[in-house]
Amino acid sequence: MSDRENIILRLIDRHSQRLLRDWLAYQQREAKYGGTQREAETAELARRFLDQLRASARIAQFEDVETIEWRPIRELLEDLSRDRAVQGFSPTETATFIFSLKEPLFALLREELRDDTERLVRETSTTSRLIDRLGLYTIECYARTREEVIRRQQQELLELSTPVVELWDGILALPLIGTLDSARTQIVMESLLQHIVNSGAEIAIIDITGVPTVDTLVAQHLIKTISAARLMGADCILSGIRPQIAQTIVHLGLELNVVSKATMADALALALRRSGKAITERKQPAAPGSS
Amino acid sequence: MAEIPILRIGDCLLVSIQVDMHDRLALALQDDLTQRIVADRARGVMIDISALEIVDSFIGRMLNNIAAMSKVLDAVTVVVGMRPAVAITLVELGLGLTGVRTALNVDKGLALIRRIIDNPERDDADRER
Repeated sequence: MSDRENIILRLIDRHSQRLLRDWLAYQQREAKYGGTQREAETAELARRFLDQLRASARIAQFEDVETIEWRPIRELLEDLSRDRAVQGFSPTETATFIFSLKEPLFALLREELRDDTERLVRETSTTSRLIDRLGLYTIECYARTREEVIRRQQQELLELSTPVVELWDGILALPLIGTLDSARTQIVMESLLQHIVNSGAEIAIIDITGVPTVDTLVAQHLIKTISAARLMGADCILSGIRPQIAQTIVHLGLELNVVSKATMADALALALRRSGKAITERKQPAAPGSS
Repeated sequence: MAEIPILRIGDCLLVSIQVDMHDRLALALQDDLTQRIVADRARGVMIDISALEIVDSFIGRMLNNIAAMSKVLDAVTVVVGMRPAVAITLVELGLGLTGVRTALNVDKGLALIRRIIDNPERDDADRER
């Protein structure tokens, strides 16, 4: 066992310069685009990786990269995949960093164990397993970073797309943009109700011009929002219903139980009428000298 | 046992619920309220729940009951002062309190009752439109 690990270690120790050179050359061949700075970064990373690999392999088991001895290597790979995920590398490009180490390592093994085929096969498979594990770990980190980015963007989108606008004294507008799912409904509802409390508005216009589709679930969410606003003493008017959506609503047999208008302008006119206000044209001032 | 006070404002009755409701208190309130509506010839009932942080299906049903009873006695019921969190919870529970009128605060509640009493037909038509 120890003998077997030793041979790989010995090879890395003895040929570290050559290994590094071959590895980098292989990576450059694989990489679609370069840039001297990127190459320098990669070279630096590769050097650190090899050093760390030697340090870790000396004390650790090859079989399990989850142990504490491999932590420096894992951290290094985490940094690498995080950087690359943020910079927009593809998963393949990220994983190539590790997987391209196989070829040069195998070449070294082949030279060293030319006469002992059975041992060569054994060593090759051990090395391959180790590198596979490290590669998979890299990909996992990469995916995790990407998910974090997506989650953050979702959150930002949520906050961006739920404004409540005061159109007139006592009239609020809620222009909905994007698909209405449970999480967004919750945020929309909370922000609408809070605005109702703050402004004392009695009428809220919910504009669904920016909602791409209305299915039963979206309708359910709309109904919930409308009911909640009603409990707070504000009546809702639905506006911005596109012809296509009107047809969908009827085909699905949805009963929204709310006053609806085709456009926001109609809804505002109704809201003003209900609150006893009117917009009139201003009288033209009499032309001077006409009287 | 604590008693919920019923205050009179003009021809309206104001009930402010500030303690946890339970069966007997709710029954007592319904009893008191119906008697006061008759005795004071009240036209409107305002129930203030701004102090309640939790409104469950029990209180929801009680509010609906009070509204129905008042309606029989020709008084309109308005629930006022509901908190946003309470409104969301009620909606999630599926309790829309459809039989009850609502207003944001006591001020607006009084105005709403006045409007409904003055011309009940117009108000209904208003909601239909």
